[in-house]
Amino acid sequence: MHPHDMLPRDTAVRLIAEDGTTLADETYALPAADVLLAAYRGLVEGRRINDQAGALVRQGRLAVYPSSHGQEACQVAAAMVLGDTDWLFPTYRDSVAVIARGVAPAEAMVLLKGDWHSGYDVRAHRVAPQATPLATQLLHAVGFAQAAKHRGEDTVVLALCGDGATSEGDFHEAMNFAAVFHVPVVFFVQNNEFAISVPLSRQTAAPSLAHKAVGYGMPGQRVDGNDVAAVLAVLTEAVDRARAGGGPSLVEAHTYRMQAHTNADDDTRYREREEVQAWLARDPLLRLRAHLTATGVLDEEAEERFAAGAEEIAAAMRTALNTDADLDPEDLFRFVTATRSPQREEQWQLLRDEIERSRPAETTTGGPR
Amino acid sequence: MTIAEHETPASATAEDTTTVTTMTMAAALNRALADALAADPDVVVFGEDVGALGGVFRITDGLTARFGEDRCFDTPLAESGIIGTAVGMAMNGMRPVVEMQFDAFALPAFEQIVSHVAKLGNRTRGGMRMPLVIRIPFGGGIGGVEHHCDSSEAYYAHTPGLTVVSPSTPQDAYSLLRAAIASPDPVVLLEPKKLYWSKGEVDTAVTAEIGSARIARDGTDVTLLAYGASVPLALEAAEVAAGEGRSVQVVDVRSLSPFDDETVTAAVRSTGRAVVIAEAPGFASVASEIQARVFERCFEYLEAPVRRVTGFDTPYAPPKFEHWYLPDVDRVLDAIDTLHWEDDA
Repeated sequence: MHPHDMLPRDTAVRLIAEDGTTLADETYALPAADVLLAAYRGLVEGRRINDQAGALVRQGRLAVYPSSHGQEACQVAAAMVLGDTDWLFPTYRDSVAVIARGVAPAEAMVLLKGDWHSGYDVRAHRVAPQATPLATQLLHAVGFAQAAKHRGEDTVVLALCGDGATSEGDFHEAMNFAAVFHVPVVFFVQNNEFAISVPLSRQTAAPSLAHKAVGYGMPGQRVDGNDVAAVLAVLTEAVDRARAGGGPSLVEAHTYRMQAHTNADDDTRYREREEVQAWLARDPLLRLRAHLTATGVLDEEAEERFAAGAEEIAAAMRTALNTDADLDPEDLFRFVTATRSPQREEQWQLLRDEIERSRPAETTTGGPR
Repeated sequence: MTIAEHETPASATAEDTTTVTTMTMAAALNRALADALAADPDVVVFGEDVGALGGVFRITDGLTARFGEDRCFDTPLAESGIIGTAVGMAMNGMRPVVEMQFDAFALPAFEQIVSHVAKLGNRTRGGMRMPLVIRIPFGGGIGGVEHHCDSSEAYYAHTPGLTVVSPSTPQDAYSLLRAAIASPDPVVLLEPKKLYWSKGEVDTAVTAEIGSARIARDGTDVTLLAYGASVPLALEAAEVAAGEGRSVQVVDVRSLSPFDDETVTAAVRSTGRAVVIAEAPGFASVASEIQARVFERCFEYLEAPVRRVTGFDTPYAPPKFEHWYLPDVDRVLDAIDTLHWEDDA
């Protein structure tokens, strides 16, 4: 591939404008109406999941929640472009993508609830555990794809990260390994403008994050991350290329984190309200709704059905998170290694004795010590 | 890369079916890799210079020629990348065996090792195991320059989820590496550089149980506890002490984590005196951990405080300072002499 063909466009790919009208593109076709309708449903559910999680944090049922409000188009598209044999490697902010891939909402929240470090069956859903350290999971995605290629398996791996992660060494090493070994990985950067409080200008001096791709020898593309049609089209092209043996690529979605990094963060300290307000006009959900309504694909009945479905998910989240999990203290020791060491067994006996000794006290006082 | 002159191990270019041979530790490791690659198609070997060159210590010599570039290959020069992609491969059912060229070179991969290799099995409640092996040429005594002779075992042994072993004989090198590759858990195999060219008999039919210490020499007066390159030192000191009338037992700890408390405790109780020997700086070290465990378990059997003979709390010594830095026979004998002997004046 000629270096020029690896370079992203000067501006992000867009297929649907803010007012819902379509924009013709010579390379990327508008996804079919039924695909867009399914995407819209995903956006409605994603928004509801973000809202519900925020409420559960305020109620003390979730320890922390990194919201993807405003980034739902990226989340939904990431799950939609993958086939049954493909894998998703998400970060902590990608709960909506994890749920869109089929993981039960309550299981996706286990990490954030504090019951365990990951709550779902990674193999059943082909979703790696949500990664907290930045960019480390990109290398896992590359190795995973390398193994799939080694065995001749039909697997494409989609690896998610944010703009902050592109500054990490592991981002560089993952891109480089993927290109050198020509593995079926798509790196999907959700550039939401901030790494906690630090703006993109402090992460990179490159023309765009997608421009980094050419330095590794792979194509890069930029897409409007609030235009789910464009994200679907660009990611699908990248996934198809990877599946056909065309190697890795980098997609940068330009989007915006509408809320603080997490509930623990005060975003008024590092950005103006006007800036946040301005992004409201680019909301991915409202944009697609405008398009689907104007084209007659979305009617009131479907809108109500989607809202009811989203409400069911939210209700399931509330029920699950309002129920205290039955924690087994032996789990502390059970999974550390396949074979429990004598040292850990000794420590488990110590803890078990402590718990045993605390029981009579609980009975007499009617509560824990 | 400057390394000491050494002999090249028998190359793994052809299948070797004999079971008992005298060979160097380097050749034993090479043989273990070849046998593991032959036995299991999911085993892959990769790292820096492990392909055409056969590794800077020639441990992977001949593996690419025999098994192909799919099974033994060079990566870009990036340690975090090597470990991080090995994690992904292990997630997808393979058994990667990676080489970290020198101990200090593993440090860029430290986050991957501690945050992911060690934790993924736990995080996924056993849903994903990490059957990968991290081979690290370990320790000093070869006249290497800065960053080529560190002893980083405490970092790994301190990390729950990692198994840490170090052989001191060609037999253990073979058996422990085979056991490490077969293990469902991630194993850090610390290969004492100084012993790569030491020879011994290797029976490829002998298996090792990770987590077990080995009585390297029987004795009744004092127990020396050592691992890696410190084991031959302990044996040498035991021999000299024997000439001075002391019967010295040597235990090769061999498995740093998990630790064989049973063997070590029984050994120290039988003699009532103990010295721990290791090259690493002594402060907050594996030697400290062993010392503490022995105190906790053997206090009533002890005739004297348990002593440590370790490297100093300095960065590893430049080559021309190495002989002052490294524990030697005299330092071990001096430590033994302080153990409250009845014949003390």
